[in-house]
Formats: sequence, C-alpha cells, structure tokens
Amino acid sequence: MDAQALTYLFIIGSFALYVGIAVRSRATSTGEFYVAGGGVHPVANGMATAADWMSAASFISMAGIIAFMGYDGAVYLMGWTGGYVLLALLLAPYLRKFGEFTVPDFIGARYYSNTARVVAVACLIVVSFTYVAGQMRGVGIVFSHFLNVDIIWGVAIGMAVVFFYAVLGGMKGITYTQVAQYCVLIFAYLVPAIFISLLITDIPIPQIGLGATVNDGSGLMVLEKLDRTLVDLGFGAYTDGSKAMIDIFAITLALMIGTAGLPHVIVRFFTVPKVSDARRSAGYALLFIALLYTTAPAVGAFARLNFIDTVQDAPYAEVAGWFKRWEDIGLIGWQDKNADGAIQYAPGAPFDGPPAFTGERGEQGQRVLANAPGASANEVYVDRDIMVLANPEIAALPGWVIALVAAGGLAAALSTAAGLLLVISTSVSHDLMKKTLARGLSDRQELRYARIAAATAIVVAGYLGINPPAFVAQVVAFAFGLAAASLFPAILLGIFSRRATKEGAIAGMLAGLVFTFAYIAYFKFVEPGRNNAEHWWFGISPEGIGALGAALNFATALIVSRFSPAVPAPVRALIAAIRVPAGVERPHDHP
Amino acid sequence: MSREPLDDANHRRYWRANLKLMGLLLAIWFIVSFGFGILLAEPLNRIEFFGFKFGFWWAQQGSIYVFVALIFIYAAAMRRIDRQHGVSDDDGGAAKGGGVDDDRAGAD
Repeated sequence: MDAQALTYLFIIGSFALYVGIAVRSRATSTGEFYVAGGGVHPVANGMATAADWMSAASFISMAGIIAFMGYDGAVYLMGWTGGYVLLALLLAPYLRKFGEFTVPDFIGARYYSNTARVVAVACLIVVSFTYVAGQMRGVGIVFSHFLNVDIIWGVAIGMAVVFFYAVLGGMKGITYTQVAQYCVLIFAYLVPAIFISLLITDIPIPQIGLGATVNDGSGLMVLEKLDRTLVDLGFGAYTDGSKAMIDIFAITLALMIGTAGLPHVIVRFFTVPKVSDARRSAGYALLFIALLYTTAPAVGAFARLNFIDTVQDAPYAEVAGWFKRWEDIGLIGWQDKNADGAIQYAPGAPFDGPPAFTGERGEQGQRVLANAPGASANEVYVDRDIMVLANPEIAALPGWVIALVAAGGLAAALSTAAGLLLVISTSVSHDLMKKTLARGLSDRQELRYARIAAATAIVVAGYLGINPPAFVAQVVAFAFGLAAASLFPAILLGIFSRRATKEGAIAGMLAGLVFTFAYIAYFKFVEPGRNNAEHWWFGISPEGIGALGAALNFATALIVSRFSPAVPAPVRALIAAIRVPAGVERPHDHP
Repeated sequence: MSREPLDDANHRRYWRANLKLMGLLLAIWFIVSFGFGILLAEPLNRIEFFGFKFGFWWAQQGSIYVFVALIFIYAAAMRRIDRQHGVSDDDGGAAKGGGVDDDRAGAD
C-alpha cells in the first residue's frame, strides 16, 4: 500500500474510533454534558487534559519554531508546561472543591455578582474563539497536505466529526475521545522522533540523543555541530538566544499564567471525583504533556541539522524529493539569486513576505517567484510548520510513519477544538442563559441550549478555519495575554484573598483586559512598524505583555477592594469551604 | 450564620501548612525555570552537562522534568497534610473536622 492509501486508512480508522467512543458515552444530563458527571479517573483525566491542551500548534508547529529559534524556543517549552505547576498548586484543587460547572460560575459566585460573571464569559469567549480558529485551520492543512483534499473539505470533515462527538457526548463524550486521541498523537509524535534520533545519533531516546555525539564520524555533539554549522553560515549559535533577557522572562511568565488561566484546561479538573484527585490528575496531565514537550526540542534540533545537510549548496536538480514536494504545496520557495543552480541557505529573509508563485517553472524546474529578491544571500523560503510534517520524509522513513503523523496531527487539532467548543457552549447555555437571562430553565432545556450553542460554535469555528482572518498568527498572543491578564488573577485572588471584593475583581479584570488588548492591538495592527524593542515598554514584546497586564489586574483589584464594601458573610464561608478538601460533592444536576 | 471553618484553629494551621509547602515548591519552580533557564543561563552555559550546555538544558529539558516532579510531590505531601488535619477527602477519612457547608447556593 502506498503512503496515501495508508493515510486514508489511518485517518478513517481513528475517526471511526472517536465516533464509536462518543456513541458509547453520550451525555443525558447537564452534569454529564458539562463535567462528565464528575466521575473521571485522575489518570484518564490526565490524558484527556494532555490531548485537550496539546493543539495543532504543539504537534505541528512547535518543534519547527524551536528549530528556527534555538534557545529562544524555551519560552514555549517552559511557558506551556510551567503553567501546570501554577494550575495544580494554586487553582485546580480549589475550583474542584467549589464544584460547579464553569469558570464564570466560580467568578460569579465568589464575587457575588452577575456582572463579574458576564465579564468572565466575555473573556472566555474571546480567548477560546481565538484558539479554536487555529485548530480548524490545522485540520484543513493536514487534509490538504497529506490527501490533496481541498482545505474547505478538510475543515468540513473535521467539523462533522467534532459536531458528532461534542454535541452528542458533551464533556463525557469528549473526555474518553480525548484519551484515545492522546494515545494516537503521542505515538505519532514519538515514533518518527525515535527513528530520527537513531538516524543521527544511534540513540533511540530523543531526549538523550539531543546531548549525544553525531554518528557522522566528526566526533561532535549534536548541539555543538549545530552551533558550528549555523555560525559558519552566519547565523547566531543555536544555543544562544537572540531575544533580550527581559523579553524572554516576560513571555515565559505570560505563557505560564495564561496557560493556568485557560478555561478549557481549568474545566477539565471539574471532572474528577475529589480534590486530591484534581491535584494528582494535574501531575499526570503534565507528565503526559512532558513526554511530547521534552521530545520537541530534540526533533527541532535534528530537523534543523537535517535540513541544512540536505539543502546547503545542493544543486536544485539533485536535491531530495521532499524539497520539491513541499515547494509544490507552496511551503518552500527557492530563488536562485546568484544563478549557480544550487541552493544557498543563509540568515535573513530571502524576500519580502510569503512566496508569490507566478505559475511558471524556471530552467532548473523550480517554481518561479514573483517576489523581488531581498538583500540577503539567502535563497530559501521555508515555512516552519513543515518541520514536523516533513521530518519523516526528510529522514526517508516508511510510508506508515508518514500516515501516522497525519492521524496524529488531526488528533491534536480535533481534541483541542472539541474542548474549546465545549467551554464556549457551556458558558453560553449555563452562564448566560441559565444564570443570567433565563433563570427558570429546566435541566432538559438547558441541555438543549448547550447542544445548540455547541453546534453554532462549531459552524463559526469552521468558518474561521476556512476564511482565517489575515492576522490569525498574530492573535495567538491575544489568547494567552488575555487569559493571563483577565481570568487568572481574578480566580487566584478569589481563592487566596478573603478581602477581594466584587468591585475589585471587576475593575481588575477590565483593567488587565483593556491594557493588554490595547498594547497588543497597538503594536500588531495600529503601528506594526513600531513593533520593536525600542518602542516597547520595558523592552517587553506584545507576546509577553500579558505578564504586565496580570500585574496591573492584581494591583487594581487589591486597591479597589480596600475601598469597597467588605465581602458578605456567605461568600466568606464559601472561601473557607473551598480551602479544605473534605466534603467535596459530585456535581449535581439542577432540579 | 457565618460559621467560618477557617476561624477554627485547626483549619488555620492546615492553611498555613498548605501555604508553606506551596511557597517552597513555587520557589523551586521559579529557580529552575526563571533562574537556571533564563537569568543564570549564560554563566551556566559554561558548564557542560551530558553533552548539553547546562543553562540550555535547564531551559529546554530540565525545568520540565522538575515541574512534573513538583506537582506529584505537592499532591503526595498535601494528602498527608490533609489527613493530619482531618480534612482529607478520602472515603471515611473526613470524619473529623469536615464541617464544611455547601454554601454555593447562598453565594449565588
């Protein structure tokens, strides 16, 4: 069987598995729809959280980003894992004890205010939609690369599958599907990584291979060779960063607290039976995530090494087949600036902007580019996203490994999309309808609203996936920055401060939100030309500004709380109650 | 009503023990990531560690391993602290000092 047929087989097989699981575990009450009845085993929840968390970005893009950023890639590695320590120590156990369905539920109850609840819903929806558009796009990309299916059809198929198991199964269906998706995606990530580690270092464990000697007889270590190769080509060393330390610090911090404040991750910890389970489950979640996150830097370094080895000074006519295949899809572009027929890779962009192909072929058979050549000697445009997807081809691995990567990428994108769509629908049916606009809803009516909201959200997400706003790559900074600056401080103060008042929380959330939004919007959209360290506040880029936004939120909340009426007694009792694990309840269905 | 479990001396001791443990673990969390991985990365890079520059290893590998360990340590240590103060959520372990009202309805 060829790779294409195997890819179809793997994708159809895995989809059938997900749908089958969803049918077996469909939700019949709001308790099951929102939090899987609160009966998920901590290890299963750990796997589900890992799949929920690891998105198309983690699976497809991260290793490629690290490959090209070198040391600076650490902001993602530490930022997207360190947040779980905050989640496990500061939020998850207490929110589980609180025992309701949603993050706005907690904000609304703790701050005795429906205004606070609605502000939280607004933050949640902005954060989650930003995120979900990227997932649907990821689904479309995998389909179009591996199966030559139009992106629109790819997104439509992905929507149909998510629709089926998220709308029918709710949290219960999603949870057990995510467990299966975790297994698929981690297997699909590790297998090629192990092969490539063996190929380059003879060591099967990528985490160790990264620190081992290259088996080309040079006697150099992997990172040593990479540093030398890059410096020879005029790049900075791989193990040195190019970002300022303050910016690295701020971005890492913003990603950490943003991660801990993401509603679709937090809500997963509402599904385990007990407070102690929530703590343990966060440990398992990070263990399962770490399996991929410690492999990614190895994949990134190997890929960069492989890429340079294959490409540098290779005559185009003789370069490996994958180079031309990805050129055909438009993710690689080559412009023979010095007309020597060979490929030269060097620092700097080869030309301005993305490649614009004229549709003609040059004398070497390359796709001709309409872009005006840039000043650098670099002739190669390469999209970072192809590093993971092309790795099996670069390393000449068998067809089934390539098929596996396609199924893994889809598992990562679909599992995250489903989790996001669920929190969006829940916040609409539960927080906006049941708790704010239509208080008399019965359980059955609320469940129907939840399903309608989930279906609507899927359609909107699909539309955003097919017609991504031009700034889709830019808005990732929004999702984390806003989660960090709005939700995380409000939840944290709600648990650890008995003085934080409703006025303080609302003022804090709004201050953090507006500040972060304005800062990112200014540098990304209003004055993109000024988006450099010279104009940034304290040298902090828009990606890291969420850290400052969070600090502003904390400060505002604490100051305003001092000057507003004290927290009422029942809420003080609530705070006292969530601080001890004893007496935890399974979430009940509303009568 | 206002029966506040935290005003009970036992609960206060429990909360202090929790905060102390948390402070210790978060200090380690900060040192390995922001300390070793970022602020001290440059001097640490002069040390070689199993084929890695040491600061680079902390930033891209080591800190993540420590994060995982920290959460499991917290979960295990808190279980013990829960039991010591009689606020554990183990079945039957919550006999003493549970006394926690379900005040959610009241707070809505």
